[in-house]
Amino acid sequence: MQPLVEMRDISKSFGGVRSLDGVSIDLQPGEVVGLLGHNGAGKSTLIKVLSGAYSADSGQIFLEGKEVKITSPRSSQQHGIETIYQNLALADNLDVAANIFLGREILKNGSLNEDQMEIEAKKVLDRLKVNIPNLKLPVYNFSGGQRQCIAISRAIYFKARVLIMDEPTAALGPQETAQVNELIRNLKAEGVGIFLISHDMHDVFNLCDRVTVMKNGKVVGSCKTKDVTEDEVLEMIIAGKKPRVLRDQA
Amino acid sequence: MQKTTPSSNPNSGNLFSRLQLDGRLIFMVLTIAIIWVIFNVLSEGIFLSVQNLWNLSVQTASVGVMVSAMVLVIVMRHVDLSIGSILGFTGMVMAVVNARVFPPDAAWNAWATLAVGLILGGLIGAFQGAWVAYLSVPAFIVTLGGLLIYRGGAWLVTEGQTVGSLTNSFQVFGGGVGGSIGAIPTWIIGAILLAYVLVNDVSNYLKRQRNNLPNRPMWVQIIVTGLLVLLIFGFIQIMNGYKEPQTEVSRGMPVPVLIMLLTSALMIWVVRSTRFGRYIFAYGGNPEAARLAGINTKLLTTVVFAIMGVLAGLAGAIQTARLGAGTNSTGTLAELSVIAAAVIGGTSLSGGVGSIPGAFLGALLMSSLISGLVLLGYNSAWQQVVQGLVLMIAVLLDVLYNRNRPR
Ligand SMILES: Nc1ncnc2c1ncn2[C@@H]1O[C@H](COP(=O)(O)OP(=O)(O)OP(=O)(O)O)[C@@H](O)[C@H]1O
Ligand SMILES: [Mg+2]
Repeated sequence: MQPLVEMRDISKSFGGVRSLDGVSIDLQPGEVVGLLGHNGAGKSTLIKVLSGAYSADSGQIFLEGKEVKITSPRSSQQHGIETIYQNLALADNLDVAANIFLGREILKNGSLNEDQMEIEAKKVLDRLKVNIPNLKLPVYNFSGGQRQCIAISRAIYFKARVLIMDEPTAALGPQETAQVNELIRNLKAEGVGIFLISHDMHDVFNLCDRVTVMKNGKVVGSCKTKDVTEDEVLEMIIAGKKPRVLRDQA
Repeated sequence: MQKTTPSSNPNSGNLFSRLQLDGRLIFMVLTIAIIWVIFNVLSEGIFLSVQNLWNLSVQTASVGVMVSAMVLVIVMRHVDLSIGSILGFTGMVMAVVNARVFPPDAAWNAWATLAVGLILGGLIGAFQGAWVAYLSVPAFIVTLGGLLIYRGGAWLVTEGQTVGSLTNSFQVFGGGVGGSIGAIPTWIIGAILLAYVLVNDVSNYLKRQRNNLPNRPMWVQIIVTGLLVLLIFGFIQIMNGYKEPQTEVSRGMPVPVLIMLLTSALMIWVVRSTRFGRYIFAYGGNPEAARLAGINTKLLTTVVFAIMGVLAGLAGAIQTARLGAGTNSTGTLAELSVIAAAVIGGTSLSGGVGSIPGAFLGALLMSSLISGLVLLGYNSAWQQVVQGLVLMIAVLLDVLYNRNRPR
């Protein structure tokens, strides 16, 4: 099957640090791929290349088989890629609706349609069943979990083909995490492809069809979750050791 | 004003925010009222005379024109130290163009002169903004350089000579002889302002109610709207209360005050109702978030500095026209009054927070202090001392205010 996303041989250095070294990764429609690795492995850097936040030094990106040049966050969005960043990327001084619609405001006769945005924001937050009492407050008033839900709402409001989630549930309580996991399943059923970065093995095995493990800016391997055990994945992350399925293939 | 900007409402739980009022604006209005009363007592009733208030409005115009752009610059975590020099340089160029280049009796002269000043100011601002945005040189340094360059430039245009004999049509921009619009146009402007406030407040209230969005209590809305209406009435009375000498003919609103009102209205609209304004605040709150949301933050920065330059050019026209001559020292230290006005008005130096109505009140507060000191016979050295102290106190208030705020 034609992959929805294919990143081929991506490299990226910051000064002397080689954060990505010839990384290749792919994603099918309706597939959830877990992106795993130790801290500093290069996961966030890789997805930021896809979301247009960074431009790669070398490598190619294909969407449904066609090569695309992603030169800015805007061009990534225009290709139907939505991203929830690890640091959330919220403007703390703006209210909830302003953040959800940042860069893609609803206009009416050329000026901002604040009321409409507030109504739509309410709808999408209700879908996540988050409790945010006053949408007119600047978002620094809210807890880490509430802010995370706002960032998630922003990504799902704009009906993505590809959704990138960089540790989306890191600050969430059990109930909200369950809500987000439910959401991931729903989006997957709608055919959205999802990259999920997480350190929670349990969630990864629950949600992901496949895991891709990175270490020191390189891909260790990629395999179906049903073919590996949690211990094998941990070994991939910590020691960079390939699991049995991949060794058998070789 | 009836609605705070998205960001000027930082404290959440208190009475003011529950009533959706901007506590800082109310505090400023009260401060200005107290200052006015004190000066009025000390000057034995002269300060609050119609004539003095009318003059005060003219004295506020130059800073009032520039301060709205300074709010945007500071909201974006930058500063512009060069505006006094841009004011002087553009003023000098306009004086030369008006008196020596364009034919003095041509009807288009004044407008063409103004256009030259605004375009020149805009180009200078965009140039400095590009240094900040694309070359990543701190705005403090770029505009400090600009402060020297354009002050030097103002001298070089005429080797330091003062350029006099500006056309009467150009001097209208300064509000001198023939520089007021008369009683009836002033009333028309007042009526437009009133109609706008009433229609806007009522329709906003009803629309939010219809859409089931939270509103402030009805009685608060009535008081806020009522006070605004009174304020506009009082303002129009003052504008029309000042008569031409030995007649009963009202002068009406001075042209520079009209210019200040128009620019402020335009800038308030930009901040509240356009994407551009929204992006400025988003950038101030979190530059990286703005970039990741797909906003062209470099262009945004350049345009904001360009607007600052245009308004410095506009203030240059007002001041030069008011003096009736171009001098190379016009606008010296204006940047400090403007920055002080913005900060007093609640624009936070840490970025992301600021309101144009607040800055406008800040400008009024500064010019009230100066005007009062002049009335009481203190010389310009004392005015500088007071201005400096007020700036420091304003920043101190900002620091204290931000301490209670998570970041
Ligand atoms: N903007 C940057 N400038 C310099 N170095 C960077 C930058 N972004 C990432 N790096 C470096 O790239 C490497 C990979 O970082 P990255 O954030 O991708 O790791 P990660 O896998 O997401 O880790 P974590 O699990 O902690 O989020 C690190 O060594 C980091 O220091
Ligand atoms: Mg990361």
